[in-house]
Amino acid sequence: MSVLEVEHLSVRFDTPRGALQAVSDVSFTLEEERTLGLVGESGAGKSVTALALLRLLPTSARVETGSARFEGLELLALGERELRRLRGRRIALLRQDPLCALDPLSTIGRQLGEVLVTHLALRRRQARQRCARALAEVGLPDSERHLDRYPHELSGAERQRVLLAMALLCDPRVLVVDEPSSALDVTLQAQMLDLIERLQERHGTAVLLLTRDLGLAARACQRVLVMYAGRVVEEAPAEALFAGPLHPYTRGLIESLPRFDAPPGQPLRPIPGVAPDPLVPLAGCAFAPRCALAGAHCRAEVPPLEPWRRGEAGLGLSIASERRAACFEKARIALPSSAGKGPRA
Amino acid sequence: MAPVQTRRLRHGWSLDAEGLDLALAAARRARGTSLASHAWRRLRSDKAAWRSLLFLALLVLASFLAPLLPLPSPMAPRLRSEPQPPVWPWVQPYDERFRPEYWDLHALDAWMVAARVELFGALQSGPWLGTDAQGRDLLSRLVWGSRTSILLALAAALTSLAFGVSYGALAGLAGGRTASLMMRVVDVLCALPFTFVVLFVLVLLHAPRDAALSARFVSREQVLFVAVGAAWWLTMARVVRAQVAALMRSEFVQAARALGARKLRILWMHIVPNVLPVVLVQLALTLPAVVLFEALLSFLGLGIEPPRVSWGLLAADGIEALNPLRIYWWLVLFPALAMGSALLALELLAGGLRGALDTRGHGEVA
Amino acid sequence: MRRFLLRRLLWLALTVWALITLSFCLMRAGPGGPSSSERLAPALEADGAALYHLDWPLWRRYFHYLGPLNLDERGLFGDRSRLLGGALCGDLGPSLRQRDFRVDQILAQSLPVSIELSLLALLGAIAVGLPAGILAGLVPRSRADVLLRTLAMLGTVLPNFVIAALLLLVLALWLRVLPVAGYGSARHLVLPAIALGAPFAACIARLARAGLLEALARDHIRTAIAFGLPPWRIVVGHALQSACLPVVSYLGPAAAGVLTGSLVIERIFAIPGAGSQLVGSALAGDYTLALGVTLVYTLLVYTLNTLVDLFYPLLDPRIALEEP
Repeated sequence: MSVLEVEHLSVRFDTPRGALQAVSDVSFTLEEERTLGLVGESGAGKSVTALALLRLLPTSARVETGSARFEGLELLALGERELRRLRGRRIALLRQDPLCALDPLSTIGRQLGEVLVTHLALRRRQARQRCARALAEVGLPDSERHLDRYPHELSGAERQRVLLAMALLCDPRVLVVDEPSSALDVTLQAQMLDLIERLQERHGTAVLLLTRDLGLAARACQRVLVMYAGRVVEEAPAEALFAGPLHPYTRGLIESLPRFDAPPGQPLRPIPGVAPDPLVPLAGCAFAPRCALAGAHCRAEVPPLEPWRRGEAGLGLSIASERRAACFEKARIALPSSAGKGPRA
Repeated sequence: MAPVQTRRLRHGWSLDAEGLDLALAAARRARGTSLASHAWRRLRSDKAAWRSLLFLALLVLASFLAPLLPLPSPMAPRLRSEPQPPVWPWVQPYDERFRPEYWDLHALDAWMVAARVELFGALQSGPWLGTDAQGRDLLSRLVWGSRTSILLALAAALTSLAFGVSYGALAGLAGGRTASLMMRVVDVLCALPFTFVVLFVLVLLHAPRDAALSARFVSREQVLFVAVGAAWWLTMARVVRAQVAALMRSEFVQAARALGARKLRILWMHIVPNVLPVVLVQLALTLPAVVLFEALLSFLGLGIEPPRVSWGLLAADGIEALNPLRIYWWLVLFPALAMGSALLALELLAGGLRGALDTRGHGEVA
Repeated sequence: MRRFLLRRLLWLALTVWALITLSFCLMRAGPGGPSSSERLAPALEADGAALYHLDWPLWRRYFHYLGPLNLDERGLFGDRSRLLGGALCGDLGPSLRQRDFRVDQILAQSLPVSIELSLLALLGAIAVGLPAGILAGLVPRSRADVLLRTLAMLGTVLPNFVIAALLLLVLALWLRVLPVAGYGSARHLVLPAIALGAPFAACIARLARAGLLEALARDHIRTAIAFGLPPWRIVVGHALQSACLPVVSYLGPAAAGVLTGSLVIERIFAIPGAGSQLVGSALAGDYTLALGVTLVYTLLVYTLNTLVDLFYPLLDPRIALEEP
């Protein structure tokens, strides 16, 4: 069952140096108890998309078009007060930098308790119990003592767990996780992911995972959207995507991953060129300057996000298995026969 | 900057000759801006700071050229005992002519006064801002007073600069225990409430009214000069030391050392340019404090003595002349305006400098 | 904590000792003795010499001056009841110009007045500056904010005697609502307290505003917003405490500044406080009184700074008590 439906979302920033199109025409659907991944390099527009839903963008941002339907409400049309009621309660955001995200001058218990008091109007003792339970759930032993500590007394990993607990305190339907790996090392990263999965099973939360890390997306998500320069260029179930990417960009990403089983001495294969300057509006496909398959058509017109095989859309196949790619040349892409190996490095 | 054309490369890493040419051409086209020009541009864009700079430059120019201006003598008392309010018709109602005996000056100033006589003859400005109780023209006293105040402020600020920067730099470079010890000394000195200590020292070095002994003494003004300069070297030393220590620990200095650069080179190429902004800003902050301190001392009668004139003295005269019967408002208002505007300009300039020299690069990204 | 206080006391003792010794040296190095500027009859001069122990060797004079043991014949070597004396015991000697009084007597009389004025000025500065700064920070770039910032800039930039002069001009002479000078009733303290406290109110307002804006720009505020906390709760619960931190750490220098400023204000408004005594002693060359006042003020400022340093970790748990 779908929890959040976003359609044709576009966000523009008005900067002193001109208009910056951060997100163009992004659509996706979040399902209950499923994880959707938004994958892309820095600046591709992942965070902006997520922040736009909760109206947490800076004042220079303008949501130009689009709709975001959540539980029958149109998020983009809500007033500030109604949005505040949703934030943290029905839609929770776990931001990427856990180190500074907590108030250094208040105890953990107080900060967690505030969320409960604000949203659920609990009394202090009840709130405290619930906070302790939440901390225990995220794997912080001796949670009662943690409640009285200050953030600087905890390690980075512990702080991230506290934030996760805070996000899940009010049992939200949607959890947006922004770059869960950037502040942690690999083992802790794995633990975090396991934690999120378990909590997802227990609470039935829909998770929107934003990441640069392909391995992470492959592991944690059921469905993945690949973003480039503010647009979605490919959308597919995770396994299918990593087994056989369609869009040249996705291909390039996966091919550039160092492979564990590659013969020694084999050179790495990065995607040539650099990401486009977001201030310079481009006609045509944003990836065209870097794409080996680009033709004149690609440079002239932006390719729409279309199902891969003609006639596949609306044929009774579930959305979950639908594949879409935004490329004029996808006919020239052959799906590799060996769909076995994923990009597990 | 034009977007760089990238060339579609085949597989592999190496650039062929054409690709190399493209890359080099792009590199040549890119032109970075040096920090100094960047800072200058930002200072200019800060309107308040830029106008303050112009105002201050004008002020310094006017005070330097004071002897050239057709003003009445700031020192000569006249026989009237009552302050005169400002007179607005800009024709000189003074019935007096320029009298050379009222001017007691040394070389350069005397030459400038002579030049003024050539230019303007006996023309003098009227009491546009009024006169004080001894008949001396207020405008003239303000202009001449600015000379003393500015000179003293600059001299003291430069003294504090010299002491503070060398001490702080030494401490920063030395590091370790020496630095700790040096900064402890600074801390102890900082803990003393400075004005009191200065006053106290002034008391002790105060020349007794006995003229015979005053010859042995340093003049009050020299003490003043040293005292005022000595005040702010402490803050400068602290600021410089903090910056130098931070720089020594910074990654690019460590990288330079790893690359084998000699200490002197590191000092010259890396430390000095990065300490300069901090020193400049601190200097801009010291100047108003020094001017204020000098004004305070002169106001209390412990600074500049008549017949020389300074803004602090003018403020003191103004307040002394206040009485409930006749309100000599011009004696208070104009020195207040002069001092206020100069200090305000310094403050705005300091703020602008701080913003312009901030290397962290804020506010540029969307 | 105990170690911190001990270190502070040690430094204070060191500073006080340094001051006393410095004054002693300078007094000896300066021209003539206390009676140099007057011509006295030889008998009186001999009396003066005896009083100031000018016949003693230098070391004995120094230790007698320093204390705590009274090396006078009446003290250590004679009358046991006068065992303790010297600067360390508060006996700073007779005032050199106000012949009828000892320094500690003058201080006892004038210090409370100064403290009253300074306290009034400082409390007033906090009471006006802190709310003004916070309110301005809540509505940045609005007209009220611009007005406050301009006023605050003027307040910090103008010397306090200029502010005093302007206030006198407007309130006392033109509008005649407050007395011009003197000390007696509460009304007499209003203008001096305003003039003395105004620059500090301005500074506190600026610090509070900047502190609030900076606190509101921090990451954890974004977290609070993302979790849907209402604005009032965010400001009061999270930003306010951070905003007050720079104000608290400013209180130490502010107190020192208020004491310094009182020198001038007491003169202008003819308030018989310790500040005007100091200035008077400076003009008259009264060393002992000058030292007395300087010592007391140093002690005061030092104590205040230490108190502020003790108080700061209560507000900001990240800061441990640092070495002085």
